[in-house]
Amino acid sequence: MNKILIGLIVGLILGAIDGATAWFYPETHSMLAGIMVGSSIKGMIVGLLTGWFARRVQSMTWGIAVGSACGLLFAFLVAVTDTVNGRHPYLEIMLPGFVVGAIVGFLTQRMGTSGLAKRGAL
Amino acid sequence: MDVSDSVLVHLRHVAALPDLTATRYELESEIGRGGMGVVYAARDRQLGRRVALKILDAAMAGEPQIIAQLEHPAIVPVYETGTLPDERVFYAMKLVTGARLDHYLSGSPSLAERLRVIRRVGEALAFAHTQNIIHRDLKPQNVMVGEFGEVYVMDWGVDAIVGTPAFRAPDRRLDRRSDIYALGALLQFMLPAAAPLPLSAIADKAMKADPGARYPDVPELLADIGRFEEGLAVEAWSEPLWHRLRRFGARNAALLWLLTAYAGVKFLLFFCEIFKGIAADLETDGERSQR
Repeated sequence: MNKILIGLIVGLILGAIDGATAWFYPETHSMLAGIMVGSSIKGMIVGLLTGWFARRVQSMTWGIAVGSACGLLFAFLVAVTDTVNGRHPYLEIMLPGFVVGAIVGFLTQRMGTSGLAKRGAL
Repeated sequence: MDVSDSVLVHLRHVAALPDLTATRYELESEIGRGGMGVVYAARDRQLGRRVALKILDAAMAGEPQIIAQLEHPAIVPVYETGTLPDERVFYAMKLVTGARLDHYLSGSPSLAERLRVIRRVGEALAFAHTQNIIHRDLKPQNVMVGEFGEVYVMDWGVDAIVGTPAFRAPDRRLDRRSDIYALGALLQFMLPAAAPLPLSAIADKAMKADPGARYPDVPELLADIGRFEEGLAVEAWSEPLWHRLRRFGARNAALLWLLTAYAGVKFLLFFCEIFKGIAADLETDGERSQR
């Protein structure tokens, strides 16, 4: 399977799971569906970018680094636009986003076929 | 030993040396001696380079023709063949400087290095099999490891050769599967004392008494070694659950660390939130009691 597709699927699943962990905070129950959808979209964008990167660079270290950087960046963008009790939840969103990005980066390096490899085989 | 005896020994030695006067080669020293003939280090006067010169017993005269068909990086190339005045056949080949495999192993190379060598031997064997040539006598003494890590398989099979007992398949008729048996025996010989179980299983499968139970061809055996190197399950061994889990852990260590980090972050944030709530409640209670 294409690495970009792997990134999209993995990002969607991990993003949804990450969003679902908001269930542990009772005050978010009314917004849970919206959080899950937003988190899934964020995960898919990170997956798309890390998948695209994994097609070009075969390096686990760089894959994890780029994944975590993308995860951190998009989590920051979400945290900037979000406020809880009058403050931005940077830590609560960016820390897990960073690790989820790293996991997506790892999985896009490990799984799927790269376009370069396919061309090489031909 | 008196003087006349030493002269006699010397004369015998000189008489046994090949007469190379009609050739372009100049004898330097004896390198090795086996059932198939004698190998000398010699100098090619025309090209000014050192070569290995193998003088064959008459029965093995077909050997250079066999090797000449095998153009492969792990097979010593034949430069020239000819006949001596005493009718013995000789051939000149590349002089490989390095160590015989059994000597090389005494330097305790790493497991990865041992597997690299066996892979190169296997590749040479697989190539020969595609040319319908079998080795017949694969053993550590017939594998050389050069000073730059290059691997050469030597002494390619002649019908008269029936193998060396420890590496010889118990088959009545030698064929490709007999070479696979010898490759398995070579792998077993090369493994360190505390060898990983999957590798021992690969060697055992290659060395099955029933040729049909061995690997069907050399690439299959090499693929199983490759699977071991990549941390995957090998076909030769039905691994127990504990080994499968350990292998999964070793192969996915980074993923497991990341998942643990994620769970740790989530727990930390969750308990921070709980403590913040408790602290806020205590503060509210304090304010109420002050009022």
